[in-house]
Amino acid sequence: MIQLLKLAYRDLGRNRRRSFFSALALGMGLGLLLLMAAVVDGEYRGSMESTIRLESGHLQVRSASYDESKASLAWEDLVENPDGMAAQIATLPPVEVSTPRLFASGIVAVGEETDAVRVIGIDPSSAANAPFSDGLVFGDFLTADDREGVLLGLPLAERLSLQVGDKVTLLINTSNGEVDQQDFIVRGLYSTRTPSYDDRTVFLPLAKAQAITRTENHASAVLVLLHDRQQAEAVASALQGAGLQMVTWEKANELLLDTEEFAAAYMTFLYLIVLGITATVIVNTLVMAVFERTREIGILSAIGMRRRRIMAMFFAESGLLGIAGIAMGLVIGGLLVAYATIQGFYIGDMGVTGIMLGDTIYAHLTLEDTLTLTLLAFVITLLAALYPAWLAARMEPVDALRAGQ
Amino acid sequence: MEVVRTEDATRSFKAGKLETSALRGVSVSIESGEFTALVGPSGSGKTTLLQLLGCLDQPTTGRVFINGQDVSRLNRNQRADMRRTSIGFVFQFFALIPTLTAYENVEMPLLLAGKPPEERRTRVQELLDSVGLADRADHRPDQLSGGEQQRVTVARALAGGPTLILADEPTANLDTANGEQVMTTMTRLNQETGVTFVFATHDPRVVKFARRVITLQDGLVVNHNAQVKKG
Repeated sequence: MIQLLKLAYRDLGRNRRRSFFSALALGMGLGLLLLMAAVVDGEYRGSMESTIRLESGHLQVRSASYDESKASLAWEDLVENPDGMAAQIATLPPVEVSTPRLFASGIVAVGEETDAVRVIGIDPSSAANAPFSDGLVFGDFLTADDREGVLLGLPLAERLSLQVGDKVTLLINTSNGEVDQQDFIVRGLYSTRTPSYDDRTVFLPLAKAQAITRTENHASAVLVLLHDRQQAEAVASALQGAGLQMVTWEKANELLLDTEEFAAAYMTFLYLIVLGITATVIVNTLVMAVFERTREIGILSAIGMRRRRIMAMFFAESGLLGIAGIAMGLVIGGLLVAYATIQGFYIGDMGVTGIMLGDTIYAHLTLEDTLTLTLLAFVITLLAALYPAWLAARMEPVDALRAGQ
Repeated sequence: MEVVRTEDATRSFKAGKLETSALRGVSVSIESGEFTALVGPSGSGKTTLLQLLGCLDQPTTGRVFINGQDVSRLNRNQRADMRRTSIGFVFQFFALIPTLTAYENVEMPLLLAGKPPEERRTRVQELLDSVGLADRADHRPDQLSGGEQQRVTVARALAGGPTLILADEPTANLDTANGEQVMTTMTRLNQETGVTFVFATHDPRVVKFARRVITLQDGLVVNHNAQVKKG
């Protein structure tokens, strides 16, 4: 085996430039795949994190009859005494923070301009609202007793030409099915760097939101953040009670999870295409080697080398090219991924609905992806040797010896 | 003891609808230790006969025996095994692997035979010494002269301990002095080891080394014992 590898190494060294570029082709292919895998994983990871952080939490406790798509404000569809419930949930060890939220649909009106928005009543003091308080770009964050303040997303404010201190009219659905309207002062502008969210979400203090929607002491859900999201099912089971429904982050983000699964299958297809292209370079290199060394194959065959060993010789060359290419790929891919992890790719507002995409995608490369792609690249490189090896092994020694004469 | 025998061996080649007979029923027998020349003009069938004797090719009809075994219908791997264990080759071109040193080229048949490292080392050194190239062991073919390369080929041909060595025009690409040296080496090794040598040539300076001459013409043996020279 060592002799075979030694022979293969020297054979590759005959045309160093060609061998180098063949390995480089594989390296670039692998590097590209590592980057692709890292970007896709980073995109989904970021999207999931954003969704959990901004919208779903790890768990939401809702009234059994609450239908998210209708954003009902009828009392029977809401959770009663949400502050008490949140405080009780917060005592559970796996729970990091628990806070009530009231969701209502509304319209922001400024002069002639109007825009449909989602109004969320929050407890401003809760740590669960850190993404909004930390993301404050202008003005102040809300306070629990603020009766006139509203917090707007930066893109929405820019579109409506609103600044901190400006007056804005909010039309909101109420629990009895009517629409109420009230003027508010823009207290602050926030950015979660998730354009699709910031563009359509305004915040009110929970008490004010309850007052204007006439939902007194009710909330749409109690949002729960856990120390470990894998505990969601266990906590949901512990909280399960009559008249309540538990919506875990997995259930709330089924679409995203399904999309991720579909993307994984799609990416596998792409991986195979990219590696298939690089494999053709390896095939070409080895086929050329077979034709250049036809007489030598004849000599080896004449001195008793069996077909299997002749094939093994080309597999060894392919394997060495694969190892060199993979080493290059890990370096190239590592550098690309490092850049994309630190700097990210700015994509702005992609206009995607249903999935919360941040304005910047940060790559995230997992060890599993690295190992899978490395192994896949190596296997495909070995498979690339199949045809050249077969070509070499099927040569009749007499014909091979005659080559070049 | 008979090392090689052919019985009415023929070899035809087809090119489209055209069929050419390179050998048209050759029956020869070569005894152990012989130093035999196959002579004849170009196209007489010398190389084709050597290829049949060397299990590189198979007869269209007739039979070929090596050490008493019918090799006419062996499959590819069986023929490869036969070549590895019983036959050595010296070709007209200097048939060395260019990426391997002289030592490694000679070692190759021993590696293929699965010999242990120590045995390989001893045998290769012995063989290189026997062809006068012990000091050139670490040289690659492109660092050796044509004559030296051909002597390495002879050493390699002997490495696997064959009973038969086949040489196809072994001096054709050498100048007179180097050709003489290669033939002298082969003659000496034939006498020292008792291995049977069969070589094809049309060079009279080479034929003179043979103790037996088989003459072919138009794919037929026309003379079995044209010349006998005592070594």
